[in-house]
Amino acid sequence: MQDFLEFRSISKGYPGVQALSDVSFSVRKGAVHGLMGENGAGKSTLIRLLSGDQSADEGEILIDGEAQSYRSVRDAFRAGVIVIHQELQLVPELTVAENLWLGHFPGKGGVIDRRQLIRVVGEKLTEIGIDVDPSAKIASLSIGERQMVEIAKAVMLDARVIALDEPTSSLSSRESEILFALIERLRSNGTVILYVSHRLDEIFRLCDSLTVLRDGKLAAHHADISEVTRDQIIAEMVGREISNIWGWRARDLGAERLRVESISGPKLRAPLSFTVRRGEILGFFGLIGAGRSEMTRLVYGADRRDQGTVSIDGAIVPADSPPKSVRAGMVLCPEDRKFDGIVQGRNIEENMAISSRRHFSPFGLLNLKKEAELADRFIAKLRVRTPSRKQDIINLSGGNQQKVILGRWLSEQGVRVLIIDEPTRGIDVGAKSEIYEILYELAAQGMAIVVISSELPEVMGITDRILVMCQGRIAADIARTDFDERRILAAALPDLPTAQVQPS
Amino acid sequence: MTSLKKLLLGEQGLVVIFAVAFAIVALTVPNFLTERNMLGLLQSVVTIGIVACTMMFCLASRDFDLSVGSTVAFSGMAAVMASNASGSILIGLVAALLCGGFVGLVNGVVIAHFRINALITTLATMQIVRGFALIASDGRAVGINDPSFYQLALSKFLGIPTPIWVMGAFFVVFGFVLNRTVFGKNTLAIGGNPEASRLAGVKVSNMRIWIFSLQGLVCAVAGVLLASRITSGQPNAATGLELSVISACVLGGVSLAGGRAAMTGVIVGVLIMGIAENVMNLLNIQAFYQYVVRGLILLLAVLLDNLRSAAAGRRS
Repeated sequence: MQDFLEFRSISKGYPGVQALSDVSFSVRKGAVHGLMGENGAGKSTLIRLLSGDQSADEGEILIDGEAQSYRSVRDAFRAGVIVIHQELQLVPELTVAENLWLGHFPGKGGVIDRRQLIRVVGEKLTEIGIDVDPSAKIASLSIGERQMVEIAKAVMLDARVIALDEPTSSLSSRESEILFALIERLRSNGTVILYVSHRLDEIFRLCDSLTVLRDGKLAAHHADISEVTRDQIIAEMVGREISNIWGWRARDLGAERLRVESISGPKLRAPLSFTVRRGEILGFFGLIGAGRSEMTRLVYGADRRDQGTVSIDGAIVPADSPPKSVRAGMVLCPEDRKFDGIVQGRNIEENMAISSRRHFSPFGLLNLKKEAELADRFIAKLRVRTPSRKQDIINLSGGNQQKVILGRWLSEQGVRVLIIDEPTRGIDVGAKSEIYEILYELAAQGMAIVVISSELPEVMGITDRILVMCQGRIAADIARTDFDERRILAAALPDLPTAQVQPS
Repeated sequence: MTSLKKLLLGEQGLVVIFAVAFAIVALTVPNFLTERNMLGLLQSVVTIGIVACTMMFCLASRDFDLSVGSTVAFSGMAAVMASNASGSILIGLVAALLCGGFVGLVNGVVIAHFRINALITTLATMQIVRGFALIASDGRAVGINDPSFYQLALSKFLGIPTPIWVMGAFFVVFGFVLNRTVFGKNTLAIGGNPEASRLAGVKVSNMRIWIFSLQGLVCAVAGVLLASRITSGQPNAATGLELSVISACVLGGVSLAGGRAAMTGVIVGVLIMGIAENVMNLLNIQAFYQYVVRGLILLLAVLLDNLRSAAAGRRS
């Protein structure tokens, strides 16, 4: 089969960073092509160039042998290239059918023929194999279904190349299965799929070929994925061998540090209790909707609590506000970094000092020198990859943003409890180990750490004990010596009549 | 990018445009660049300039305040009536600050604690407070009895009227607060991402209440100076002030989406508004046209700002 999509000597620089230099590779027609690399390796930049959002400094993109010179997302649409980003681009208040037709509604003289709209879309969805009601509003759909709609939109626009950027990052495993089936069908129609993911198992399952980027350069290109191994890809991504990415080791556990007693709230009816000891890393695992994030927000005081108490070293933490929790020594690295973690438009220094500056700002007057020192110290300590501390945080990769948020709390004084929700979501292998090392170091200093994660290997890899949540309750409490994948998953699955349980 | 484009769309683009416009006006419009006209121009923007200081904070924290015009009128009225009744200007001043501060506090509490949209809340208080001013005065202007009250606006220091000094002082103080204090940084953080700021330990509700209360207090100062200048408390004073103030801030590059603000920008914005009006007066352009010109300036400023953020987006 011939090459359909080709990147030829692509280079792209931003101030202070050469995001891509001289990257060339090509993809066959009807192939699913994986694109991997650590955060900051240049994947996002490459996707951005492909989408028409930005143009390359040098080099060109060829589709079906033709050099493309498009300069906008619309031009790229016309060339048959559609990029589906992590943040979906649908209008929540319109229906599925309306979203699919947005921009080119059928009908006469600006009057929309609703019935025709829904009928045509319904037929098309059935044809592609997507089970979504065309007259449902986008807002009423799950994230997985919305993604299906985005893909359907791409198909309706006769896309020849579809790029998916971390499509499964917010999908449940069942939704992921549906997505994979859809990708298979698109492949058999001859569509080229560029699949960006951090998840090696998905890459191996779906992709025919693979490109690995590292530091903006081509690290490896595999025309046939069956000839590579997992370890080889990881080595290519990080440029060194990583034998054990978890790196867990035994620690001495001290006295009880955090005590959560019968807390409940509007979204979490059944009272929850647990304790964490000094130096302990406690894991929370559960399927989507099990109540992990609701529990986190209740403990931290981010949502209103109906009852229950949280105490640190025996002292009760006021229930109603995150600022009070911080002052009592409990901090949170939230799950959704973009919406709850980073302050967009402000630089690294300000994002780090946002809380701790009150300790060295007499009468509310800033100590700019101290803030700069602090930022430089934690940029170095946490190995944040950035040209300077003045860089807007939005320009950092996910892993580096997470490090800045960790830096925010490491610079705070008297932190005794760290809650970290999805510590490495959307973060590459190399940065993952670095973040785990930071957690071990903090635990060794006596901090009590609560890790919430939907990735089972991660929870099993880095924690001392796991609480499994299911339907808003703690279903199991398992010590590290008893960690067993089946047992944990069994506890996480709700007790449904067997007919309803989806095989995975 | 050509260097001209770079200059205009850069950080200091607005200042450059302002300097060029000022030079052109100074050379072409007769009587513009005279001491008397300059002082008159500055006098005319005192109310807008003072209120813009705190409106900048309000907008930077992703909020909005439509009640400033009413608060200026109401607190000016309170100052005149209290000083007439008590015979003490000081008591008048305190009354004005209490009234202004109270309006701001109510705005802040309703918005922060009851989570009512700032636009709606202040739209309501704008009308309520205007109503108070009308009720208190029975809809008529209330003259100032004590001539030394006039002196607040008439007195001069080093040849420059006191209100201009007050405005200058406010510019300096609030510029400092924005850039060099925890309060300023927290304001910008809240505007950038309110939920992230709250989870990061910033007392977001308290901050918002403070910002609105400050806005009320500053409106009171502007109200007292305005009453002193027009020698009476007017229940219909400062109508439409909120729009002029917000225009000046937006002209000065304050983002309505929050998180971005600079004092120098706001000062330039205020001056541009003042100069446009002043020049049109000097050229004897009918007042009706001034609305059109003001609107056009605002539109142009927003367009320029848009181009600038697009350019900044490409750079980063």
